[in-house]
Amino acid sequence: MTDDDDRPVAGALSRMVERAPAHLMDRIAAQWAYVEGPVEDVYVAFTPDGISSVVPASTVSGAEVFAAEFSRRFGRPLFRAARPPAGVEQALRSGRATGLRFDLHDLTPFEQAVLAATLQIPPGELRPYAWVAGQIDRPRAVRAVGTALGNNPIPVLIPCHRVIRSDGNVGQYGFGQEMKRRLLDGEGVDVDLVEAMVRGGAHFVGDASTRVVCMPTCHRIRATADGDRQAFASLDEARRSGFRPCADCRPVGR
Amino acid sequence: MPTEVRSTAGPLLPPKAIGPAPIADIDAVFMSMFDGQRDRLYSSALRLTGRQADAEDLTAETFLRAYRSLCSFDYERLDTLQPRAWLSAILVNEWRNQRRTASRRPATVSSAAVGAPEPADPDAGVEERAEGSDDRRELAGMLLELPERQRVAVVLRYVVDLPIAQIAEVMGCPSGTVKSHISRGLDRLRPIGGPAVGRGPAAEGGPR
Repeated sequence: MTDDDDRPVAGALSRMVERAPAHLMDRIAAQWAYVEGPVEDVYVAFTPDGISSVVPASTVSGAEVFAAEFSRRFGRPLFRAARPPAGVEQALRSGRATGLRFDLHDLTPFEQAVLAATLQIPPGELRPYAWVAGQIDRPRAVRAVGTALGNNPIPVLIPCHRVIRSDGNVGQYGFGQEMKRRLLDGEGVDVDLVEAMVRGGAHFVGDASTRVVCMPTCHRIRATADGDRQAFASLDEARRSGFRPCADCRPVGR
Repeated sequence: MPTEVRSTAGPLLPPKAIGPAPIADIDAVFMSMFDGQRDRLYSSALRLTGRQADAEDLTAETFLRAYRSLCSFDYERLDTLQPRAWLSAILVNEWRNQRRTASRRPATVSSAAVGAPEPADPDAGVEERAEGSDDRRELAGMLLELPERQRVAVVLRYVVDLPIAQIAEVMGCPSGTVKSHISRGLDRLRPIGGPAVGRGPAAEGGPR
């Protein structure tokens, strides 16, 4: 105690306690929910800023393990939510998550760009790592794209499983190649057929009637009659034959 | 937890006592700290920053930093923790860092603009209503005009209600220095309800 404590202004200051805003904890903690998906059920963690983490339920032994790993990785307490964020169940069913909000604050701008480009790949379609690198204007950063996708904190919803190697090989996946194949199978992709096509030199496929060239799994080229399809080993070759790139799948690469 | 039976005599640490405590226990400690300290911490943030949105940012950041530290604490550290002083130290450090950053980038808006959108209504009117009375508003405004170290000392002493010795630890200076910061700080806060009123809400903003 000091004499200063007896001064009236000291008393006035000690009565100036305000209540913390009711939503303060929302700024600190994240919430989790269990969401059933067509291929994989997932744990989803989210804050008011958006979804920050997804983990396939089959890869962790229970919600407590998921919560503990989340808290250590993201440095936030995690509490059970009353319900999942709006739209997640629908996004898992449709394979389209472009309308969801994601909280990617912890990632580098490069990682954010990679994930934003990957989010645009429609269900049932595949793109090589080099395509993602091309979309973000870093055509030489193919290896870095692979690393960024390997660190994707929101797998399944941000569909890094739709990114494969340029030679058609299905490539790596954080939860194992088997799950990658299962997720793609659930979207109707015949992984082996695509690999065989690419190995056979069909890196791009054009529609001879519209003169549009696509990535081999683009929905536009899949709707094309077999007789009109024309395979190209490179985009230059397609251009020389008078084909222009598809505006939907935006083919890039050799 | 099943009891372990060992044939050898001698001191046995329970297995939980080694390494960082499990998250479930960290969460429990954190929640009790949050419930016990949030109003005091928010109030001091409000007195230091002068704006509700900034105070909310600062308080949330303080608790987040606290949680991240707790995650590496073992039981001994958890048991000896003095939450009020510990959290106050984090808050004051964070506030000083933000001020330093803000003074290096004078053109930017408040820290609220970085990252999250502001969830609260940033209406200036809300602030004034929450202050309750003209006297309180005026006192809050005068606090904001105190030099940094006097403001910190006065807030820690009377808003947080920390003893002088703990304020000295938080501020990293001797107790005598803390006392003189408090004395000189209080001298500058004009008597409440005295004749020298009339600066109006202009004092609310304070120097930034």
